[in-house]
Amino acid sequence: MQWQFWIIQTLNSLAFGGLLFLLSSGFSLIFGLMRIPNLAHGAFFMLGAYFGYSLLARGGNFWLVALAAGLGVGGIGIVLERFVLRQIAGNEQGQVLVTLGVSFIIADICLLAWTGDPMPLPAPQALRRPLLFAGYAFPTYRLVVLGIALVAAVALYILMERTRLGAMIRAGVDDMEMARGVGIPVSRLFTTVFLLGAALAGIGGVLGGPILNAYPGLDADMLPLALIVVILGGAGSLLGAFVGSFVVGFLYNFGIALAPDLAYFVLFLPMVLVLVFLPQGLFGRVQL
Amino acid sequence: MNRRTIIAIAVAAVCLLAVPRLIVNEFYVNLASQVLIYALFALSVNLMLGYGGMVSLGHAAYLGVAGYTCILLTIAGYDQLLAAAAAVALSTAFAVLFGVLSLRAPGLGFIMITLAIGQIVWGVAYRYNDLTGGDNGLRHPERPMPFGFDIRDAESFYYFTLIVFAIAFFFLWRFDRSPFGASLMGTRDQPRRMRMLGHNVYLVRLLTFTFAGFWASIASILYVYYNLFLSPHALALQQSAEILLMAILGGASSLTGPIVGAAIITLVKNVVSSYVERWNTLLGVVFVAVIIFMPYGLVPGCRELWRRYQARRRTDAPDRKQTSEPAA
Repeated sequence: MQWQFWIIQTLNSLAFGGLLFLLSSGFSLIFGLMRIPNLAHGAFFMLGAYFGYSLLARGGNFWLVALAAGLGVGGIGIVLERFVLRQIAGNEQGQVLVTLGVSFIIADICLLAWTGDPMPLPAPQALRRPLLFAGYAFPTYRLVVLGIALVAAVALYILMERTRLGAMIRAGVDDMEMARGVGIPVSRLFTTVFLLGAALAGIGGVLGGPILNAYPGLDADMLPLALIVVILGGAGSLLGAFVGSFVVGFLYNFGIALAPDLAYFVLFLPMVLVLVFLPQGLFGRVQL
Repeated sequence: MNRRTIIAIAVAAVCLLAVPRLIVNEFYVNLASQVLIYALFALSVNLMLGYGGMVSLGHAAYLGVAGYTCILLTIAGYDQLLAAAAAVALSTAFAVLFGVLSLRAPGLGFIMITLAIGQIVWGVAYRYNDLTGGDNGLRHPERPMPFGFDIRDAESFYYFTLIVFAIAFFFLWRFDRSPFGASLMGTRDQPRRMRMLGHNVYLVRLLTFTFAGFWASIASILYVYYNLFLSPHALALQQSAEILLMAILGGASSLTGPIVGAAIITLVKNVVSSYVERWNTLLGVVFVAVIIFMPYGLVPGCRELWRRYQARRRTDAPDRKQTSEPAA
């Protein structure tokens, strides 16, 4: 019994860490490249979950729904970047506040469209039954979520380190002026990264749906976690987002399981330590 | 201080004193008290935003620390004044801690860290049922009797708030014109040059952060006395964002801007929320619109328009005469 508890909690933490990675990798890239903490990222996650709920209710295949929701949220990300943030290019402080305003609008529209009740997203039929192994039960769906997050991490790694696009993004993160100078289309890069980040958040929302449900306030619950991941791991770094996500996933999950009163406080401590001793984060490429 | 400023302050003071006489309706007198409380919050956030160039999205954290401390101590049977003083002291101490953390990243990271801190305080208030009552919130037993005065009804509470506000405004006005205020603006515009001139940029910012935290804590106590209730909803990100928007909307870097912004937002919020429940959408839209179309806020914007209007009136007539003379 005792073992079962630890197994379940560990898997929960890993799955939650995977979700956080989907959320915060995009956030971190956007921050690293455009110097904007996109405060609408939590709202993107929630919007993905709600899109997923509606599409699943119409009988869509779970994985196709996740993709479609990701594309939908990515589209909204493009609109935000092209038509709103572009208006005040150069005023980064203003851009941050605009993303915050947009997150309020999205959250309120979600409340209007999907009411205030929590909406459970059904996990795919085949993954609902726990996996029995060596006498212990393992929640199958969470294992799959973890697997998807790992695949996404590898794919992002290859994208960033082994492709032309990734090289351009890295160049932009490291030195924007020089990147422009050598002819990298930074403006198109911004849109691409925003699309990528928003789509990842949207997909994360659908995948997280069966675990977390879609409910009003999901955005405000997830956004600070993404911020802490980036503060811990360092901005603009994929590895940082990866490590930070699982650290936060474990702390948050075990915090809720063992000391529900202080779950949030548990997150505060590592943030304090990192800020005091390593203000750039564990693997930061850019100054926060 | 020139004569026009004195006149302006005198007129404002008379208007503010006359509010409960002019509008007898209790609802509106209470609304005026709310405006003053939020104006104090906005002035506090503006210390950092307008003078220091630091965008804080965690200002509701002070409402959490000071508010809950005040209520809990009062419930525990301590004297009201003692409870309030202890709450302000604790909350100001937290401001030092938050400042030390946030100032590790002076740029955009500052926004992220203050937001994270604000949300953590919210999360603790929300989850720590035994202490804060969780989602149900806590009720403050009753308003205090400062120096034996009864401030339980709307009108006297308004005057109580006004007195506190006036004291705060005086200090903030002194701050505005002090050498310290000037050096703060220096750190906003030219941190490296300020460092070269021998100013401790970090310390200037930290002191400002603490000072702002102190006034936010005072405003939080007023908030608790006004509502006699505190729940995690009051500490949500929306609260911090609203306060910040008040400062931006009215115009940061002036003392009047945040007050105007607080008045507009509080009035609109109360009016709108009695008709429709889409306040958050409106908040978001106003946020986006103000940042894009009115980045300097209403008060500086209107002042600019007024100056242009004056300049045009002055130059309209003598313009033709002057054209014959050679330019000096």
